[in-house]
Amino acid sequence: MIDTLRLTAEQAAGLLESGELSGDELAGTYVEAIGERDPELHAYLHVVGEPGNGVPIALKDNITTRGVPTTAGSRILEGYVPVFDSTVATRVKEAGLPLIGKTNLDEFAMGSSTENSAYGPSRNPWDPERVPGGSSGGTAAAVAGGLAPWGLGSDTGGSIKQPASLCGLVGLRPTYGTVSRYGIVAFASSLDQVGPITKTVRDCARLYATIAGRDACDSTTVELPEAVAVPDAEDLKGIRIGIPKELNEAEGIEPGVSAAVAKAIELAESLGAEVGECRLPRSVDYGLACYYLVAPAEASSNLARYDGVRYGFRAAGDGDLTALYSRTRWEGFGPEPRRRILIGTYALSAGYYDAFYGQAQKVRTVIAQEHAAAFEDYDLLLSPTSPTVAFKVGDKAENPLAMYLSDLLTIPSNMAGLPGLSIPCGLSEGLPVGLQILGPQFSENLMFRAGHALEQAIAFDFVPERLRA
Amino acid sequence: MPEWEPVIGLEIHVQLKTRTKMFCGCENVSGESENTRTCPVCLAHPGTLPVPNKQAIEWTVKLGVALGCEIASRALFHRKNYFYPDLPKGYQISQYDIPLCAGGKFVVPGPDGDRKIGIVRAHLEEDAAKTIHVGGSGGRIAGAEYSLVDFNRGGTPLVEIVSEPDVHSADEARRFLQLLRQTVVELGISDAEMEKGSLRCDANVSVREAGETDFRTKTELKNMNSFKFVADGIEAEIRRQVEIYEAGGEVVQETLHFDPGSGTIAPLRSKEEAHDYRYFPEPDLVPVEPSVEMIAAAMDDIGELPAARIRRLETEVGFDLAEGLVSSGRDRLYERVSGDRRAVANVVMNQLAATGVDPEAVNGTELAKLIAERERIPRAAFTEALERSGDPGFSADDYLGETAISDASELDPVIDKVLAENQAQVETFRAGKEGVLGFLVGQVMKETGGKADARVVNERLREKISS
Amino acid sequence: MAITREDVLHVARLARLEIPEGEVDRMRDELGAILEAVGKVAELDLSDVEPTSHPLAVVNEWREDQPRPSLSPEDALANAPDPVEGAFRVPAVGS
Ligand SMILES: [Mg+2]
Ligand SMILES: [Zn+2]
Repeated sequence: MIDTLRLTAEQAAGLLESGELSGDELAGTYVEAIGERDPELHAYLHVVGEPGNGVPIALKDNITTRGVPTTAGSRILEGYVPVFDSTVATRVKEAGLPLIGKTNLDEFAMGSSTENSAYGPSRNPWDPERVPGGSSGGTAAAVAGGLAPWGLGSDTGGSIKQPASLCGLVGLRPTYGTVSRYGIVAFASSLDQVGPITKTVRDCARLYATIAGRDACDSTTVELPEAVAVPDAEDLKGIRIGIPKELNEAEGIEPGVSAAVAKAIELAESLGAEVGECRLPRSVDYGLACYYLVAPAEASSNLARYDGVRYGFRAAGDGDLTALYSRTRWEGFGPEPRRRILIGTYALSAGYYDAFYGQAQKVRTVIAQEHAAAFEDYDLLLSPTSPTVAFKVGDKAENPLAMYLSDLLTIPSNMAGLPGLSIPCGLSEGLPVGLQILGPQFSENLMFRAGHALEQAIAFDFVPERLRA
Repeated sequence: MPEWEPVIGLEIHVQLKTRTKMFCGCENVSGESENTRTCPVCLAHPGTLPVPNKQAIEWTVKLGVALGCEIASRALFHRKNYFYPDLPKGYQISQYDIPLCAGGKFVVPGPDGDRKIGIVRAHLEEDAAKTIHVGGSGGRIAGAEYSLVDFNRGGTPLVEIVSEPDVHSADEARRFLQLLRQTVVELGISDAEMEKGSLRCDANVSVREAGETDFRTKTELKNMNSFKFVADGIEAEIRRQVEIYEAGGEVVQETLHFDPGSGTIAPLRSKEEAHDYRYFPEPDLVPVEPSVEMIAAAMDDIGELPAARIRRLETEVGFDLAEGLVSSGRDRLYERVSGDRRAVANVVMNQLAATGVDPEAVNGTELAKLIAERERIPRAAFTEALERSGDPGFSADDYLGETAISDASELDPVIDKVLAENQAQVETFRAGKEGVLGFLVGQVMKETGGKADARVVNERLREKISS
Repeated sequence: MAITREDVLHVARLARLEIPEGEVDRMRDELGAILEAVGKVAELDLSDVEPTSHPLAVVNEWREDQPRPSLSPEDALANAPDPVEGAFRVPAVGS
């Protein structure tokens, strides 16, 4: 009998290769596990259970899949069945990975808890009273809960790194431009990026290798400068690691989180890394404000296409076109998209552009420059991924600004287009703590190497304690 | 009464004739069934992304070079945000503060020297879809019950050319537009047919008293779909504004629609009451940096421009014929036909044009023979020959055997009859209006089935009237 | 950042969101709080700094002018809320 809670994608691939298990048996096992635990976790919006000979995969429901409903967690896309595949869905298909199902998310990937889904929140497998993080909380809950060996999420301000952290998993937000956005329901185009959520760094590297690389359908993608290397080194010799003071001492970081991260930093040193302190003052001070201007501005434009004309929800009732638009959009969008559309529209509107959007784009330049300076002295940077461990469902739901702080530490590097890897580094109050590893653009291989070495040394058990047999 | 000076700027949209749309691989064709040239990208399905058409960028650069513009070393696409059913994304991908082409001068030759019309910019954008208004009055928005949207045209490449307010009469606007059209057609980047909408023109019109340096309030005249309507519309708007000022009123800034049927001008309902397009750089597209090679290739690809050709031909045939030949694209045939330059120009511009024969199909050598002999052969034979001149294997010799009736004794009875029947015209001629002679010649031609020798008829008519 | 009811209604109109009358004030308070927080970016003097609109320094990405198949009519209209004779129907544009 397979323990889906413990099985890594790499192990699953091994079982399939050796013939110990057929693809259909493997897929069936996950569908069974979903039947058992998903009523509690609500990780999935649509279960597909596609048969096939590869390691099955869960895709966040903002990843377009031909013939399979794709809702982006929004009522406005209720019943929408795409007539095309996103590029990542195509690549996953070509790699022979059957689709288990589409996972829950904060509506249009706007949120840090998955509570903003129009279809109800997902739950954290470590404690169902708590959120799995977000917006890729469905994928994280599915992988941590043994409902998928691996999955894809998307990350705009921290939506892969943060739920991976809160669920005790590995999550990669890739360098902007390395993974195609074609068919990813757009939130903030200059920030959105798809990436893996997995149990191990090696799984993460394997899945990243499957999806990354230039795509003719996305003119913001580039060819990888070097092939993805699945890591096996167990030391950090020759790697210079910077500890950005502001990312590690920001207000709101829980002591238990700091302690777990500090231990990981000590381990890094013992594995041979040269560790030193560095600064990212304005990136952390102004990153959140910058993000909450740039992302809503782009979102306000990206979400203009949901007008009830070509697809998706259309409000009932009479009236002229403007009335139809305005009712469809108010009724179709939930509170968070509405808020961000309004903020973004305001930030772009005549008279406010320079003070808001224009200024935020300049702050972006400053953030990129600060990071570039840090990477002159260091190969990688370390910090907590999330200031807190998983919080309780409902705790921050009524306070958008408090919720926004969940991404305080993931946002700055995202604004600079940089990659980031989150790996579990211990527990605080019985809940997982994530370590954020940041690198310069296209440094995924180095991050994998470091992540893998630390993962071996930390020896975190990714099976939620309450589910261990 | 003060003298009023019209101040006119034109905004011209040119549909590029690329094989595919601006940002997706759908075919750029018209006349197909509704929504059969659409894909997830041009229907703005979630997650779809634009990928620019290289040909459209190269052609815009080429047009920019032809318009004397500076080509941006780094141009950006922007999003222009507004809601309308013909705009599936809720924004149009266009260009804003850094267009591909800016700061040009377009030379419009005139009878008394060149007029240089400044070109503010030429930028690349995507066209909107087609909305058909059903119910109500004749497909107009007003009173429609509902609208049907066809996205076949949605997302096709469009170049927007904006002129400085350097145009000072309706006629100048027409000439500018005609020459610009000819330039675009010769560059091979657009069919530029106003009737079909592949060339569209809006005009910003204001007037001021002669000598004033500031501009007064302008109005925008939308979508006039022929050269004549552009001229008529601007003319009517100039008149309207002058009347307002002379009655002590003020012109209101608004968008207007010219109805060519009635010649009237009425306000057009605007697409969005508050024009706040919230432009911002299109994050789905990277900047365009036209290379030195791309610009050089564009330059190499541009032949002698129409304006230069008008000036060259002017010395042979005078300004009017030169402009006519070049603006209508008939000068290439003209250059292929030897013989008396004015005679050739006249025939190519007038009688041949009237036949509708494609000038490109005409054999220049044969046409030259025909024109050389045109006085000697019956007019009917000449006309018939012109009508056939585009046929493959056309030979002028088939028509040169016929001779016109030049024998006065044969023509005199006909001439006498015509004079007797048209006494009024004869009196008019005697009173000094000699232009009426053409009418009388025409009557004789009609009576003789076009076989009379026009020169002899002319001479005999003059003799008889003044005798 | 003091944002007024009128600001909220104006922006909502631009964004085509019909805020029910009873929610306008709450919306104003929420937006006001967020705008105040993000308005922090104004503290920095960045007059000499170039804006970043694209995170990667990539230019000139385009495709050749080669046609690709369009959708079948069925697929083009598959998700349409109100398809009529091969087209997408919408209410009259109105006033
Ligand atoms: Mg335009
Ligand atoms: Zn298309």
